[in-house]
Amino acid sequence: MGKHREIGTIIRSLGCCPSEGELHDLIAEVEEEEPTGYIRLEKFLPVMTEVLLERRYRPIPEDVLLRAFEVLDPTKRGFLTKEELIKYMTEEGEPFSQEEMEEMLSAAIDSESNSIHYKDYITMMVEVQLFKEKNKVT
Amino acid sequence: MGCSDSSFIKDKKSPKVIKAATIIQNWYRGYSARLKARQRHALTVFQSIEYADEQSQMQLSNFFSFMLENYTDEREEDPELIARLFGCNLPDTREDYVKMIDVPDSYDGPRLQFPLTFTDIESLIEGFKQQKILHPHYVLAVLFEAKKVLMQMPNISHISTLLSKEITVCGDLHGKLDDLFLIFYKNGVPSNENPYVFNGDFVDRGKNSIEVLMILLASLLVYPNDLHLNRGNHEDFLMNLRYGFTKEIMQKYRVYGNEILKILEDVYTWLPIATIVDNDILIIHGGLSESTDLNLLHRIERNKMKSVLMPPIPSDGDSAIDLKITKVGSEKIKTSVSLSDQLLQHEWEQVITIFSASNYYEDGSNRGAYLRLSFNTLPKIFQYQVTKATHIRPLYQRVNTVEGSAIRMLKERIIARKTDLVHAFELYDRNKSGKLSLSQWAFSMESVLELNLPWRSLSTRLVLTDRDGNVDYMSSFQNIRIQKPVKEVHSTLIETLYRYRSDLHIIFNIIDTDHSGMISMEEFRTMWKLFKMHYGVPVDDSEVDELANKMDLNKDGSIDFNEFLKAFHVVHRFDPSRKSNKPVVQE
Repeated sequence: MGKHREIGTIIRSLGCCPSEGELHDLIAEVEEEEPTGYIRLEKFLPVMTEVLLERRYRPIPEDVLLRAFEVLDPTKRGFLTKEELIKYMTEEGEPFSQEEMEEMLSAAIDSESNSIHYKDYITMMVEVQLFKEKNKVT
Repeated sequence: MGCSDSSFIKDKKSPKVIKAATIIQNWYRGYSARLKARQRHALTVFQSIEYADEQSQMQLSNFFSFMLENYTDEREEDPELIARLFGCNLPDTREDYVKMIDVPDSYDGPRLQFPLTFTDIESLIEGFKQQKILHPHYVLAVLFEAKKVLMQMPNISHISTLLSKEITVCGDLHGKLDDLFLIFYKNGVPSNENPYVFNGDFVDRGKNSIEVLMILLASLLVYPNDLHLNRGNHEDFLMNLRYGFTKEIMQKYRVYGNEILKILEDVYTWLPIATIVDNDILIIHGGLSESTDLNLLHRIERNKMKSVLMPPIPSDGDSAIDLKITKVGSEKIKTSVSLSDQLLQHEWEQVITIFSASNYYEDGSNRGAYLRLSFNTLPKIFQYQVTKATHIRPLYQRVNTVEGSAIRMLKERIIARKTDLVHAFELYDRNKSGKLSLSQWAFSMESVLELNLPWRSLSTRLVLTDRDGNVDYMSSFQNIRIQKPVKEVHSTLIETLYRYRSDLHIIFNIIDTDHSGMISMEEFRTMWKLFKMHYGVPVDDSEVDELANKMDLNKDGSIDFNEFLKAFHVVHRFDPSRKSNKPVVQE
């Protein structure tokens, strides 16, 4: 478990967005025959280089993300309640762990309404990314 | 409400919903990972800088040796200084004299009764929770009594987990009182049934070093067989000068601060070096190297070691142990506990590092931990983290805080080496375009600053890059500058003095034997000459003299060195503490 988490973080921090399933396959490719809980750089490097060169596991564009939220909000209220978010994130797709759920809730949920206004949320998250890019000269 | 409930249940298993959920989860995991990577980078920056600081401590130590060799010729008439530098014990301040300090009726802090009992420990804890300052009378009393107890102890104590005592081991606390309280809350206060080992570095950096120390020493006095303190490299008056404890004492104890500092120096030297549990487990601050001889550790006169930074004093042909132990460690833990099966053969089975100051670098940077040892079982580790807020802040806020702090520190190092960096950049930039490739920039930064950091990943926070990925290298110095105390002075000189300000501060303090804050111009010049020679800094003697004069700090042939050094500081352009938001003129 520990090894999965760290490798997943590394791969994702490099800009790739594999699903959990794809991540497991990738780890299977690079881990030792006898599972030691560690992954060696010599094995990881060539595989990862290929992933990057092929531009595999491209990140989710903002509009696709927005539409995903809208699917979960069919009546177009513009928000999801905290309970709805928890239910979807922990029971559907590739479910969140409790830690992941709490982490997302802490930033996403507006405490007054106890809901996530997903459009604002997405804008804010993207802004956080943009802040990093602020120093780029045109 | 009923409508949306049923539509919710209906949609639950639809593939569209599953796909949508997966998309959001996938995106979130990517975003979260990128945040964690930034957090990890920030931590690397902190650790790297800390390691570099330790290297410069070594350099300072070498300078002292150098200074001794050369300074004594010039200043033979200063026996007190020589004694101080050689680490001989100065005559003790008289105990009865200092303990005669009156405690006024108006004092509402903790009052202690000697011999101390557990009520006094509770009194201290309660008082400190209410942010009271312990009266200097009690501080001194505790220090004197603690010294007497510590003097009876061997260099290495042996303790046992038999009689079903579980022993708790804590690592660096660094003046973080909240962490100590948290440990006591989770694990109980020290007692005969609840023994503790505190493995050094109780002080410096945090803002409650004296309070932490007082609680530990008081506990030692109440439970001398069950409260064990090992000396860390911060239990050292020179380290305290650099890392904040001295400042804390002088601020909290304006009248008796100097007295306290003097006795503290002494108490430090009597702290034991290590603890051995069940003849099986060695607990020592900083760990060991292959060359450490445990038998020697047993034998040396530990009270002769005034400071990690002072040159070791040979005695009877033994070379004294240098407590210059470098910290080894992984992310949340630093070397301070070693487990061993075969102690004397030095075959260590396992090394565990324990660090007990959470949020050490910055709010949210790391957790702390302690360890419980019991007979014949594997040690149990407990982790915790002090949080100021009543709820956990969202991850991106915590990361922004830690990262912001790390980048700020890094920028201060960068501006301090501006001249050398520009020189390195220009070597690559033959056609003077002002631009370098990311690799060239990264390489220059690493070689000049000697900090092993992921420069490419950090570049977005440090420099401007264009569409082609090329770096505008002069932007490395944007938004920060070193304050020029006087207009007409060379940038190189300012940079040098800023860079070495901590070392200079320590050196001045050594020379200033009467703690007056002043040294004579002559001493200043001599010391500066030696400093220049040893550190190889390219600065003219006359320049420094001129600077001191221009700064009008030459008061009747003496320099107020605190004022002198205070003048060298950086100004961050977007500092919230700045009074005006006028743009700063870049130089």
